[in-house]
Amino acid sequence: MSEISTPAAGQEASPSLKHRHLLGLETYSADEIGLILQTARQFREVLDRPIKRVPTLRGVTVVNLFFEPSTRTRISFELAEKRLSADTVNFSASGSSVSKGESLKDTAQNIEAMKIDMVVLRHVSPGAPHFLTKCVDSIVINAGDGAHEHPTQALLDMLTITDHCGALTGLNVSIIGDVLHSRVARSNIHGLLAMGAHVTICGPNPLLPLHLEEMSPNGRVRVTHRLEEALEGADIAMALRIQMERQGRNLFPSTREYHEQYGIKTEHLERYPALRVMHPGPVNRGVELASEVVDHERAVILNQVTNGVAVRMAVLYLLSGSSVTE
Amino acid sequence: MHNSSLEVEVSIFDDTPRCNDRKTHKKPYFWSMEPQDTIKAQLLDSRDMERMLQRMARQLVEMFELDEDGGVSFGLVGMQTRGVYLAKRLQKIIKKVDGLDVELGVLDVTMYRDDFRMRGHQPVVKETRIDFDVDGRHLVLVDDVLYTGRTVRAGLDALTDLGRPASVHFLVVVDRGHRELPIRADFVGRKVPTLPGEEVRVRVSELDNEEGVWLVDHADVSTKEGDV
Repeated sequence: MSEISTPAAGQEASPSLKHRHLLGLETYSADEIGLILQTARQFREVLDRPIKRVPTLRGVTVVNLFFEPSTRTRISFELAEKRLSADTVNFSASGSSVSKGESLKDTAQNIEAMKIDMVVLRHVSPGAPHFLTKCVDSIVINAGDGAHEHPTQALLDMLTITDHCGALTGLNVSIIGDVLHSRVARSNIHGLLAMGAHVTICGPNPLLPLHLEEMSPNGRVRVTHRLEEALEGADIAMALRIQMERQGRNLFPSTREYHEQYGIKTEHLERYPALRVMHPGPVNRGVELASEVVDHERAVILNQVTNGVAVRMAVLYLLSGSSVTE
Repeated sequence: MHNSSLEVEVSIFDDTPRCNDRKTHKKPYFWSMEPQDTIKAQLLDSRDMERMLQRMARQLVEMFELDEDGGVSFGLVGMQTRGVYLAKRLQKIIKKVDGLDVELGVLDVTMYRDDFRMRGHQPVVKETRIDFDVDGRHLVLVDDVLYTGRTVRAGLDALTDLGRPASVHFLVVVDRGHRELPIRADFVGRKVPTLPGEEVRVRVSELDNEEGVWLVDHADVSTKEGDV
């Protein structure tokens, strides 16, 4: 019992996160991502128990600040917090002081004045969590900021990939669809590159941002406009949701035509027998994925959702340690 | 530990010996020592350890009656990290000597610790895996050192969340005193009176390059705070 944790026993410099917040995966190293995934695997075991609760974060107060509608992410974070016995407070923008014109800074500082430890923030503006770290002392976790990053989604995606394909190094992951508006894609590209995977980006030109290939100095990001090229040799196809609400103008003719060109259909699963299909949800059936593909055994969408709770438990646990030192 | 690379997970069910050249290691694990640590005494060597485990295996078999089918009525639960290897040794001895199969589980109590707020960073969460049904079972928790009693306290909480065992017993290689909770061990390998600034280190060959028990003096007592 003594040696596990004593630094003096230290054959191992016990690995830990270098960051105090989780704002995005861009700055996270392979070691840190690996530690989060490893911890998440242990927490996932808690979810299978009859009593799905551990006392780990007793006395820690977490506020879920959601300035944008969200079902899955908010419930996932809330469950993760409750499974760890943290105290949680939910805040959603509608029907709050925000509708009276209060700024993000004032809202956050007011909530922090009520003595909280961690903030989970979802906001429409890219960089909102970074801004928040400058106005409050709490630990900040980004739950999606505009089209910038959604780090916990990418982490749960990577955990799901390792469950089915083993180590990420050298794997071929294709991200297909609306990359331009997708924070999920950005976090995944950063994370997958850090872990040594090859990433292929595929979609119609108006839905792809510029300079994607420059994200990797050694050519591990490939861009194609043809679905066949993206699926050939891929271990994972990650379809992204067409974000109707973010499209001010029409970037492609119709969802039907999109499905013809870029939708993953049963024939693709037959042609590539090792391919697994992922989707961050919510799925537009018949647009990004054919309905039969969503229900196919090689679609691991629900595994992603389960892993979401485990990954968020791991992130909350690992980051909460830094509240002591600072 | 050897799993410094996070990609490699050390499983307890992995039988590979981690060190075959014990004899070439004249100095016990100096590579793991802090500069200010000094070895005061070697309390047990590998032969002593082996005899001690043999004896405790006998005590276990004697203590728990066989069930109606002639099988063992108790299960071993090793506490991460070294308790796991010690429990596995006991399992092997009982198999060899009595021909009885004892079930073995692994328990990590990191999620149940009470010193969460006193640490600079979070300890790594290790595997918890008990494949048998703990409800109605007699369980024997196995650990290397009993000191403040806080780790066992956490272990009892963890077991409670996994089911309702018929009873929980506690087996430990070294009891070094200084309890902070009303806890005692049922099977003790060796009782060692110690000072608060000292540390008892149990090393097992599967994990460390040495096997035995040492009494180590810490120059800096403050590093012991997280030590439960």
